[in-house]
Amino acid sequence: MAAVEVLPEVEALYWRTRVDAARLRHQGRLWTLIAVFHVVPFLGAAALLMAVQPLALPVALACVAHAWVIPELYAQRGANVLRPRGRQPDAASEQRSVGLLGDLVGHDARELHARTGLVLEPGRLGTWLVGEAGAVLLHGRRGRAYCYCIKVDANHPGAGELPSGDRIAHLLLALRSDEQGFATVANLSFSGARWRLRRRMRAEMRPALDAAIFRFDSGSSTAN
Amino acid sequence: MSKLIRMDHTGHSTVAEWTPGDPAAVEAAVTAFRAELDRGYLAMVSAGPGQAEQVRELPVDADLVILRLPLAGG
Repeated sequence: MAAVEVLPEVEALYWRTRVDAARLRHQGRLWTLIAVFHVVPFLGAAALLMAVQPLALPVALACVAHAWVIPELYAQRGANVLRPRGRQPDAASEQRSVGLLGDLVGHDARELHARTGLVLEPGRLGTWLVGEAGAVLLHGRRGRAYCYCIKVDANHPGAGELPSGDRIAHLLLALRSDEQGFATVANLSFSGARWRLRRRMRAEMRPALDAAIFRFDSGSSTAN
Repeated sequence: MSKLIRMDHTGHSTVAEWTPGDPAAVEAAVTAFRAELDRGYLAMVSAGPGQAEQVRELPVDADLVILRLPLAGG
């Protein structure tokens, strides 16, 4: 069998550094810095305004609101990677695609997918949650969330017509064949505390993140 | 019976079926496999729990070979 170890999609992105644990730590720190630089100036301005002129309370409150909204928008961007995409195909295609996906995963993952539309997949970098057009990785000591946007290449004929089970199966197979390559090809939409991500996720998808967190925290993943 | 399937708008379609002991069926499957790769599909086989491998030649002994499309960052 002529097996290929690296995702072929990586070859087209030669300028990207291959994602590994060190790269993830670096990206995580960068995202923390970005959040701090967005929040601190607004909070500082609000405090300064109140100290100088208490009548500027409305402006100070607007600053505080900005400090709250900007990180929330980033977290929303992260949560969006798990949202279902594409048109809804007919029920028979959908059922057929979910059947194939079910053959690729275990009973627990199958049951979780039926409830939440997401597939939980343990990996070497951490614990993954895979959706139709993206995936979330829990990695690091605190299980920081890394939200990746990645989907079937829309330039290929037929890509837009795939049922949801097939979209997830595409991502799952690529992830299983080259986890680091998968994270390299994907675009990082958000990295931050998992509670921030959870708050912005659809209610029906939160149990999937809870299951991933449980799996990650219970040490069944070989993260870090 | 081994299968070569392609994920598509129908959920998936069976492209070829063969048994290793049937040279004609294997030859037909190999031809179909190469045609799909030429169309831009990538072939994957399961390599144990949580593991998959991409292949560029038809693994005749595999039970299931899945054809997928390339991925791109969103």
